[in-house]
Parts: sequence; C-alpha cells; structure tokens
Amino acid sequence: MQNTWEGKNSMNEIIFKILLIIGILFNLFGCIGLVRLPDVYNRLQSATKCVTLGTCSILLSLLFHFGFTEIGIKAIVAIPLLFFGATVAAHALVKGSYLFGVKLGDQSVIDEYKDEAEKSSEDKKKMNKK
Amino acid sequence: MEQFLYIMLYIQITLCFFCLFRIIKGPTIPDRMVGIDIFGILVVGICAIIAVLTDRMFIIDIGIAWIILSFIGTLTLAKYLGGKKLNE
Amino acid sequence: MRYLVLFILCMIIWILLTFSLELNNIIVGAVVSVLTSVIFGRYFIKNTSKFFQPKRYFWFIIYLIIFLWECLKANFDVAYRVLHPAMPIRPGIVKVKLNLRSVTARMMLANSITMTPGTLSVDLKDDILYVHWIYVSTTDPEIYGLKVAGRFEKYIKRIFD
Repeated sequence: MQNTWEGKNSMNEIIFKILLIIGILFNLFGCIGLVRLPDVYNRLQSATKCVTLGTCSILLSLLFHFGFTEIGIKAIVAIPLLFFGATVAAHALVKGSYLFGVKLGDQSVIDEYKDEAEKSSEDKKKMNKK
Repeated sequence: MEQFLYIMLYIQITLCFFCLFRIIKGPTIPDRMVGIDIFGILVVGICAIIAVLTDRMFIIDIGIAWIILSFIGTLTLAKYLGGKKLNE
Repeated sequence: MRYLVLFILCMIIWILLTFSLELNNIIVGAVVSVLTSVIFGRYFIKNTSKFFQPKRYFWFIIYLIIFLWECLKANFDVAYRVLHPAMPIRPGIVKVKLNLRSVTARMMLANSITMTPGTLSVDLKDDILYVHWIYVSTTDPEIYGLKVAGRFEKYIKRIFD
C-alpha cells in the first residue's frame, strides 16, 4: 500500500495537503461558532456555512490525490448533493424553529417576520378545527 | 504521510465531540437538531479521509448515502417542529 | 419533452455514480430512470428549451466564479466574528423584495443567499424573501435590499429566467 503513494506526482500531493488542511480549519471555525454563539439562528448560520465549505474542500482534495479515477469522480458528484442538501436543510430548520416559538436573542435589532408567522400559525389553527 | 492523515482524522473526530456537547446541553429542541445536522455533515468528511487511508472505493459510497440520509432526517424533523405536513 | 430531458439527466448521474459501462448496469439504470421520470416528471421545470441555449452556460460559469469568491469571503467573515473576544453581532430579520419570475430562479437565489456573508434565508412568500442577517448595518429598506440580493440577481436573471 505504501507504493501507491510514492509513485504519484508530487505537485498534486502538495495541493491535496493544502486543501485538506483548509477544510479541517474551516470545520474547526464552524464548530467553535456552534459552541460559542448565543442563539439558534446565529449558531445555524456559522455552522452551515463553514462546515459545508470545509467538507466540500475535503472532497475536492480527493480528486487531486486519486486523479480522474472512479473514486475521484464520485467525490466530485457528491459536492452538489452536499451543497443543496445542507442549504435546504438549514432553510427548513430556521423556518421550523421560528414557528416552534424560539425568540430572537437579546442583542437583535429588527424583526420583520413576526406578522407573517402569526398569520400562518392562525391559518394552521383554523385548519385543525375543521 | 500516514502520520499526517491520522492527525487530520483525529482532529475531525474531536470536532464531533463539539457537536455532541451542543446536543447534550442545548437549552431548546432546535439547538439539539442543529447539532444533529452538523454531525451528519462531519461524518462525510471522516468517510473521505478513511477512503484515502485505506484505498478502498466503497467508503465514498457510504459517504454519498450518508449525505442523503442526513438530509431526509433533518428535513422530516424540521417539518415536525413547524407543525406542518411533509408536502407543504 | 420534459420527461425526455429528465430521463437523460438521470441516466448521466447514474453512469457517473456507478462508473461502469457493462450491459447489465446500463439496463438497470434505464429502468430506474424511466420509473423516476414517469413519477416525478410533472414537478420538473416547464420550459425545457432553456437547456439548449449555450449563452446560459457561459453566464453560469461566470456566476460560479463570483459565487466561489463570495463563499470564501463568507467563511473568513464568520471566522472573524467567532474568534473575536467580544463577538460583534447585531442579528435581525429583514424583508427583501425580488423581481425574478420563475420558481427555479427564486430557489437558486435563496440558496446562494444562504452561502454568502452573514445572511440566511428564512422564508419565501410570492416575491418577498425574509432574510436573517447577522450584522444589521442600516434600517433603510432600499439599501439593504441592494446589499443582500443585488450581487447575484442580475446573473441569475440571465441564467434561469
């Protein structure tokens, strides 16, 4: 198994290492944000952005290590799947937690979504009564 | 080279404990679900690094399947939180 | 027509995912693609002639480069806010008016707003987008509409509309 690593082009190996380190670093920032920030919305914002780009960077680094073989192409196909999955999941989570009743944090300045949320929850109550 | 990959793998596994901290301690239910969502994405990174370490190709298939499963699970839980049906 | 386009897309993704050109593999892929395009074809985009205009692909590549740059900027922005000891955040939810017509274009704009610096899309009602913003710098509706959506709107209008 050692021989497969020795015969590769050294330039590609350097790019592979740099992309891997960048990916791990972004994941680290995202997870620190997940622990430190005050409320759900800010946590979701930092975590989704950083962790999605970090994992995309790790998957892209596989292409430089393996070249255009089966495993490299599969890693490239996984990137758009991961991107759309993560953004749509974050969108659904934010909407769900607002309708669940989590208030914005103490430092927040403006909230223009309140009226719309109240209207939709009233509609839901009417539907349940019928 | 192998040493470097193992260090990266251990850092990535340590990051999973950050998410676990948020899942255990989170004050509200949406906090815990954010932790679960991010945990699912981090596991895909672990799968990619293990695929480089062992040179087996089926591990990246596990990663692709994990993306789709994590997406469906988070979407279902989020719809349940908002109190809606799945087709809205 | 749109059933055929969806079938070809499914077939390309199947061949890339399994990565082998044996006969058995292609037959299974064709059966699965036919089933998928029969069941989900009515949810696919209506005007499929957009797929055959090469000008849209050209704008898509330019959009991809600008999007990657904004994405990198977003990550350094988040890293700055997280690692700063005082955490400079002023969160809030603002309302942005869009002037895009097709559904696909609105979906792409909401997705790319989620990945750009400091913004996260919350809800989309008709042509009004609610955006959670981590640092609200002004409260004037016209200025922040331009700041949040103005960077991508003209490219997305050329690609998907």
